[in-house]
Amino acid sequence: MKQPELIPHLFRTEFRKITAVLCKLFGIAHIEIAEDIASETFLRAIETWPYKGIPENPTAWLYTVAKNKAKNYIRRDQVFTGKIASQIKHTLSGIEEIEIDLSEQNITDSQLQMLFTICHPSISTEAQIGLALRILCGFGIDEIANALLTNKETINKRLFRAKDKLRTEKVKIEFPGAAEINKRLETVLTTLYLLFNEGYYSESRDTVLREDLCLEAMRLTYLLAENEHTSKPVVYALLSLMCFQSSRFEARKNANGEMILYQDQDETLWDQELISKGMYFLNISAQGDKISKYHLEASIAYWHTIKEDTHEKWENILQLFNQLLQIEYSPIAALNRTYALSKANGKAAAIIEAEKLGLTDNHFYFTLLGELYKGIDDDKARKNFQKALSLAKTQTDKQTIQKKIDIL
Amino acid sequence: MKEFILIFRHEDGHKVASPEQIQIWMKQTMDWVGGIAAQNKFVEGNGLPFDDSRVVWHNNVVTNGPFGDIKETIGGYIIVKANSVDEAVEFAKGSPVLQGDGNSVEVRQIAQRDSIH
Amino acid sequence: MKDFLLIYRMNYDAIPVGTPEQMAAMTKRWMDWIAEIAAKNKLADRGNRLATSGKVVRADNVVTNGPYTEIKESIGGYSMVKAGSYDEAIELAKGCPILSVGGNVEVREVSVL
Repeated sequence: MKQPELIPHLFRTEFRKITAVLCKLFGIAHIEIAEDIASETFLRAIETWPYKGIPENPTAWLYTVAKNKAKNYIRRDQVFTGKIASQIKHTLSGIEEIEIDLSEQNITDSQLQMLFTICHPSISTEAQIGLALRILCGFGIDEIANALLTNKETINKRLFRAKDKLRTEKVKIEFPGAAEINKRLETVLTTLYLLFNEGYYSESRDTVLREDLCLEAMRLTYLLAENEHTSKPVVYALLSLMCFQSSRFEARKNANGEMILYQDQDETLWDQELISKGMYFLNISAQGDKISKYHLEASIAYWHTIKEDTHEKWENILQLFNQLLQIEYSPIAALNRTYALSKANGKAAAIIEAEKLGLTDNHFYFTLLGELYKGIDDDKARKNFQKALSLAKTQTDKQTIQKKIDIL
Repeated sequence: MKEFILIFRHEDGHKVASPEQIQIWMKQTMDWVGGIAAQNKFVEGNGLPFDDSRVVWHNNVVTNGPFGDIKETIGGYIIVKANSVDEAVEFAKGSPVLQGDGNSVEVRQIAQRDSIH
Repeated sequence: MKDFLLIYRMNYDAIPVGTPEQMAAMTKRWMDWIAEIAAKNKLADRGNRLATSGKVVRADNVVTNGPYTEIKESIGGYSMVKAGSYDEAIELAKGCPILSVGGNVEVREVSVL
């Protein structure tokens, strides 16, 4: 890799590791110090490498610099040394002895423990996502703002408040005990699920960034699946869901960035490797005795990897949605369930059910009604599509609906 | 929004249905419940298999179900959200249980959650 | 560990109207009983009390006022307990205060819909 690409690449992969390990060592109260030391380390690389050349092992070079900076900081800052390093000193008998452990095992453990800290119930979900992107994925503030379709100031404020909250709550950086791990894991998985969805459904034009979000969510979920503390069936279910969804990433948008609906996708663009990984993880997830919403969503996604329109397929999807809605209602699940109902039980039955949903501020609702009435009562179909068009907000949605009206 | 329990009452818990019939009922029940859940009106629900059911009486007397002098047996229940008993009754009307001869669905409002029964 | 539903039944017309003190004493017995199950970590869901009036829906959309006219007994409420077997669930049910006032408890294993 050439120098201009090397530093941003290393920043993306190593910044988060250094931050997590240092933060774990210093405690959550000093999260900014950990971030600063990691940033300064990269600054040093930018200053040095162009003149002295790229070191033989750039990662090891970064770790050495980070370790030295951390030791210097502890030595220099009296307040820090007095108050905080006393604990470290206590256990390690003197600053000189401080072991800053950047081994692979400690990096992974620190990152996962940070994940639990960041996904603490005391801070809002959107702040959790922001912090995860910053601390665990090494995203810049600009990138986070871009990915979450907001501005730098909002993100900065959000992160500042969240860190402050973690400090005042004195959240420890550790794995939750056996008694609460399942409950805490639930929050962590929700955040990872939303992080993935931010990438998958984002309106952002930046395809690379959107894919990165998905990959980061998958990477962190995979770390959870691999770790002895958190290797639970529900984690594999979420991982499976992410694999199935990602397998359609290429096929979902055309060259102009317009959304391609499932039934119109070119299935040769579906990533078969990700599909088989999804099936592998889904099998592992079946070992537990509890069915989570991720199990159901992964199974629904599995059936969608079979392009052929069979009754068996839609009957299975319908029953999975029936179960999913009993666990957790969402308008989109209600609409998808009704679509599956039309495929399994016929349009007439689905129209009766659809009319009961009453999601009258939702353009997808009227799009669905339009689809159901098509061929039965084209006049009603048109009226529903037009209603959908008037409610649609994005250009992509409007185009999709207009096309449906045109071919009626 | 109030909560109502819909109790499925089967006229005769001894009647044996064929596996095929049971499968059809299962699908119909799941579609019915799914439809209520799709309206965000579903709270919870359970099936109650007839086998091994018991009734506990005063002085530790335990008898087998079905119960007392009636054959009628509860086969399950769901709890729904509804603004009125009439809306809850409308949900009940869709229950596949009613296809069975003599079966019925009892609709009861759940009392305000408090510390006693 | 399985879930069992305890259904509380009695003839509500036959309940003597007690003094406020008697009612309070009965309430306390219920609370103590439920708390005892909870303390054993056997309570899955405290359940609910049901309003005394209701409707009955029959085939062909016949709706009558209920709960049930042909039988005097009606369901007053229910709770969900966790137990390893039917016998264990029955043992839990034997402590129910409703038994001392002429009611009974139906014990039913639960299967997910």
